[in-house]
Amino acid sequence: MNTLPQQLANGLFLGSMYGLIAIGYTMVYGIVQLINFAHGEIFMTGGFGALSVYLALPDGISMWIALPAMLLGGALVSVLIAVGAERFAYRPLRGAPRLAPLITAIGLSLALQQAVFNWYPDAKAARVFPQLPFGPYHLGSVNIQSGDVFLIVAAPLCMAALAFFVRLSRTGRAMQATAQDPGTAQLMGIDTNRIIVIAFAIGGFFAAVAGVAYGVKYGSVEYSMGFIAGLKAFTAAVLGGIGNIYGAMLGGLVLGLAEALATAYIADIPGMEQFGGQGWAAVWAFVLLILVLLFRPQGLLGERVADRA
Amino acid sequence: MTALLEVEDLRVAYGKIEAVKGISFSVDAGQVVTLIGTNGAGKTTTLRTLSGLLKPTAGKITFDGKPLTGVPAHKIVALGLAHSPEGRHIFPRLSIAENLQLGAFLRKDKEGIEKDIQRAYDLFPILGERRKQAAGTLSGGEQQMLAMGRALMSRPKLLMLDEPSMGLSPIMMQKIMSTIAELKSQGTTILLVEQNAQAALSLADQGHVMEIGNIVLSGTGQDLLHDESVRKAYLGED
Repeated sequence: MNTLPQQLANGLFLGSMYGLIAIGYTMVYGIVQLINFAHGEIFMTGGFGALSVYLALPDGISMWIALPAMLLGGALVSVLIAVGAERFAYRPLRGAPRLAPLITAIGLSLALQQAVFNWYPDAKAARVFPQLPFGPYHLGSVNIQSGDVFLIVAAPLCMAALAFFVRLSRTGRAMQATAQDPGTAQLMGIDTNRIIVIAFAIGGFFAAVAGVAYGVKYGSVEYSMGFIAGLKAFTAAVLGGIGNIYGAMLGGLVLGLAEALATAYIADIPGMEQFGGQGWAAVWAFVLLILVLLFRPQGLLGERVADRA
Repeated sequence: MTALLEVEDLRVAYGKIEAVKGISFSVDAGQVVTLIGTNGAGKTTTLRTLSGLLKPTAGKITFDGKPLTGVPAHKIVALGLAHSPEGRHIFPRLSIAENLQLGAFLRKDKEGIEKDIQRAYDLFPILGERRKQAAGTLSGGEQQMLAMGRALMSRPKLLMLDEPSMGLSPIMMQKIMSTIAELKSQGTTILLVEQNAQAALSLADQGHVMEIGNIVLSGTGQDLLHDESVRKAYLGED
C-alpha cells in the first residue's frame, strides 16, 4: 500500500482539499488584506450544513440525488456565514488597525466552533457522514477511494470556473481592479463593498465544497475539523503567494504532496526513525511554512513588484 | 446660465484638522478652471471630496443640477464626473487596454467603448503600441497619459485632473499640457489642479489660488498670470 505512486496520489487528493480552502484565504486577503482566521470554521460549517441536508432527506435516498442537495445546502450555510461575518464583524472594522479584525477573526473562529459543539445535535463527538456509492478503484498499485474521486473532479472544476470568472467576466475584472487599488476602483464606478462581499461568498462556496469532500473522504465531520485544516490551507495560501488564486491551488498541491511524502518516507532517513507516521503530518506542513517565510516570503507565485510608480 | 459644477462653502476635515475651510467656486460647461497653490493648500482634498472619496463636513456641491454630497464615489462617475487622481493610480498588473476598459466600467455600448479606446490611442499613440503590456511597466509620463485616457473613457461631462505634470520630465510635461489644450479645444470641461502655475494659468479660463484651505485669490487665467502677488509666490519671480 505504501508505494510511491500511492503516496503521490494521496498528496494530490489532500492537496486539492487544501487548495479549495486556501482560495478563501487568498481572495479575501487579496482584496481587503485581512487574514480571515474564521475561514477554517466556514469550511467546517459547510460540512455540517451538508450533513443536515442529508439527515433531512428520506432514508435510503440515492446519493446521486442527495449529493447535489448536500453541496447546495453546505454552500448556502458557508456562504451565509462568510458574508455575515464580512457584514457584521469585519466591515465595521475597516480602516481600524490591522490587529482589530485579526482578533475578531480568531474570536469568530472560536464562537463558530463552540456554537456547533454545543448546539448541533450530537456534535460533541465526530458525526458520521454518508459515503458515496462507488469505488474504491485500483489503478495499478494506486488505490482511489470514492471521496478522492469527488475531490479530483470537484477541485479542478471549481478552479477552472473561478479562473474564467476572474479573467473574463466584468465582475472578475472589477475584482482585479479592487485588489490592486480600491480607491481608484471606486473612481471607475465599481461598488467595492459589493466586490468584497462577492470575494467572501466565493471563498465560502469553495470551503463548503471542501467540507463535503472532507466528509466523504474521512467518513465523518467534527466541530474541530476546521482548525488544523484551516491552518494548513492558510499555509498553502502563503506557500503559493497570498493574494494569488493560482498560487492557492498550487500551494495546496505542494503542501499535500510534501505532507504525504514526509509522513511516508521521513522515517527511512537514518536518525529520523521516530518522526515517521501520520502523527507528524502537521509538523511537516508548518516546517514547510517556516521555510517559505524564511526563504521566499512572497510565496511560489507571489511577485515582489513595485506596484505604484 | 447655471454652472455645471457649483461648490458652496465646502469644508473638509481629516479628524480634527480642517484641510478645506469653506471654499466656493464654480465651473461652467466648456471651461477650464484651475486650482493652484502649494503643497497642503487643500487642492487634492477638494478633488477627492468632489468625486466622493472623502466626505465633506459642511457645504454644498451641485453637479449638473443634482446635489453630490452623500452620494458614494462609485455612483458619482455615473453622473458624469471623472477623476484622474494624483499619483496616476493606474492598475499596475492589468494591461493598458484593460485599464481603459475599466474607465468605461459603467457603460454598456460595446461599439462606443471600442471607438473611444481607439480615440485614446489616437490621442496617445504610445498607449496603442503597448496596449497588451502591463500598465505598471510604463514610464511615469506614459502612466499619466493612461490615467487621463482612462478618465475620458467614461465620457465625462467634467474631467478632473490632479497634478498631471507631477514628477514628469520637461518634455513629457509639455506633451501632457498640450494634450490638455487639445481636449479644451474639443470642448471638454476640465477642473485642473496643478503646482505648475504658469502652465495651468496659461490654459485656464478661470483660476483660483488656494492657501492652507482657503481660496485667497480668483480671476481669469490671464489676470492671475499677470498678478504681482501670484508672480511672486508661484511663478518664482521677485
